[in-house]
Amino acid sequence: MNTPFAIPDNPDSACQPPSTRDFLVDRTFRALARIGVVLVLALVFALIYEVGRKALPGMEKHGFDVLFGSVWDVNQGKYGILPAIWGTLYSALIALLIAGFFGISMAIFLTQDFLPAKLAAVFRTIVELLAAIPSVVYGLWGIYVVIPAIRPLTAWLNSELGWIPFFGSSLSGPGLLPAALVLAIMILPTVAAVSQDALTSVPMKTKQAAYGMGTTHWEAILKVMVPSAATGIFGSLVLGLGRALGETMALAMLVGNANTITLSLFAPANTLAALLALNFPEAGPNEVEVLMYAALVLMFITLLVNVVGSLIMLYAQRGNK
Amino acid sequence: MIRLMKSAALAVAVSLSATSAFAAENVRLTGSGASFPAPIYLTWFKDFSKKTEGVTVDYQSKGSGAGVQDFLNKTVDFAASDSAMKDEEIAKVGEGVQLLPMTAGEIVLAYNLPGNPKGLKLPRDVYSDIFLGKITQWNDPKIAAANPELKLPATPITVVVRADSSGTTAVFTKHLSAINPAFKEALGEGNTVNWPATDKFIKSPKNDGVTATVRQTPGAIGYIEYGFAKLAKVDFAALQNKAGQYVVPNAESGAEALAAVKMPENLVAWLPDPDGAKSYPITSYTWMIFRKDNGNPAKAKAMRDMIEYSLTEGQKIADSMGYIPLPQSVVDQVRKAAQNIQ
Repeated sequence: MNTPFAIPDNPDSACQPPSTRDFLVDRTFRALARIGVVLVLALVFALIYEVGRKALPGMEKHGFDVLFGSVWDVNQGKYGILPAIWGTLYSALIALLIAGFFGISMAIFLTQDFLPAKLAAVFRTIVELLAAIPSVVYGLWGIYVVIPAIRPLTAWLNSELGWIPFFGSSLSGPGLLPAALVLAIMILPTVAAVSQDALTSVPMKTKQAAYGMGTTHWEAILKVMVPSAATGIFGSLVLGLGRALGETMALAMLVGNANTITLSLFAPANTLAALLALNFPEAGPNEVEVLMYAALVLMFITLLVNVVGSLIMLYAQRGNK
Repeated sequence: MIRLMKSAALAVAVSLSATSAFAAENVRLTGSGASFPAPIYLTWFKDFSKKTEGVTVDYQSKGSGAGVQDFLNKTVDFAASDSAMKDEEIAKVGEGVQLLPMTAGEIVLAYNLPGNPKGLKLPRDVYSDIFLGKITQWNDPKIAAANPELKLPATPITVVVRADSSGTTAVFTKHLSAINPAFKEALGEGNTVNWPATDKFIKSPKNDGVTATVRQTPGAIGYIEYGFAKLAKVDFAALQNKAGQYVVPNAESGAEALAAVKMPENLVAWLPDPDGAKSYPITSYTWMIFRKDNGNPAKAKAMRDMIEYSLTEGQKIADSMGYIPLPQSVVDQVRKAAQNIQ
């Protein structure tokens, strides 16, 4: 419906122009909405400006050495964040693979008539509850539950299949895999909830048409429903990745914070967000510049992920039509 | 309406004058800094504020470096630091600086070995080499030689260090640099150092993080504060001191270490490697930092009272909280020096 004003129920007044009150309400709302938009934009730019301003001296001093260096030694003034960039991307990607698989499966399971509607609603709420657990709790849970649980398996993988680079080192405790596993659970609610919305918003007719053509339940899901909802599902993955890149506390506790670059899933790694959180509190002026630089890099990576995600979605949408 | 406004204005005026009268008798001291002594400081300040009419002491535990920075920016009345204060920082304060050691602590090496063997002994060259990444297996002949009665597994040693910048790291690396020239050469000392980048060096945030990681990782060793290790009930090693004896960290061995060094005039004494057969090797004082000239007699008096309370009542709870009470001679020196705060 495109009419800006509600049409009164009384048929006699159907043709009346909007009253002064309607007019005022409309104008005020529009003004408020505009102010809101401007404020949000201003906030984003203020953030970028402030971080950028503080990062500038660091960028001038160290240039690209920070991006490609792998030693972080405050005492010698050496700052390199390459291992942190690598760890951020690597852990987020693994988390996304896991959460993507389970999140989308879950969304299909909960929306495609596998369960009675009421039971599905209960499960949906439980998955969404995962999003309400504080990050620190996830971190502790990772240390006390996940690491001991995966230790036997990782030891076996390392001893039997150690020649594969992914299993190249033994798990000592905190490391990339436990961090990525916990991260996957943390972004699961996002992926599952947004994919569910995408699947439920596919028109009923589409599904009925598929059945009408003689598809089985699974054919309807995999060949009609999921492709129709692909844009939304992809959007859920982009959102999940965005969250995974910025997650801090649980990772600071689980990733091991070691400046190493390796493919091994069991070795400790580092992430940008953990680096920032752990070093800010006691950083001297020289270190703060570089940390701001690192923050800018993290913002840039997140922005890039979102832009690329939006572009792919745009492209996919065009392809659909 | 006007009457209402008048009465409202009156009420505001009354309440304002009431608060300002209140504020005149109320002295509020704010401090910030070291997190290592924060538990005992917070207990002292809470008890002192409760027992002293009109004085409130607030302390924010944000790290030694940040505390000194706040002190220089004059956002706090006093600061606390594990690494005292650098001379060039002291020179920046026109009002004069008085450093007072208030308590002392030990750093222990907590370990986790299969079968929980008690009483691990670590020679000086061994534990410094472990943190240098040179000794990597628990069944290393050097460890085995010092512990003939223990059955040591062929497990790799996972070294757990602090991920955040910390006074604990500063004290620990100062000690390691003092006893091992190779460590001094490769890593040096500081709130953060560049630990060897191998997959067996893990960094965890804060004392809690290191403790949790050591507990959950078979074959791990990590450095934490004695008070923390005591609360968390982890196993810790006896370390070989300068005299060649193996000493377990506790209040007595800490007091021995403090007694082994003479407190100089400026009250800044370092014990990177204390003498004495019973001294625990990694012991350190921690300081509060005050301005000599505070320009506010009421505040200065509140500070002196607070110091006096900490030196008398405060020292009594030190042992139970995992800190080392100051030796009596040091208490006397600190009391005398506190008179400089005016």
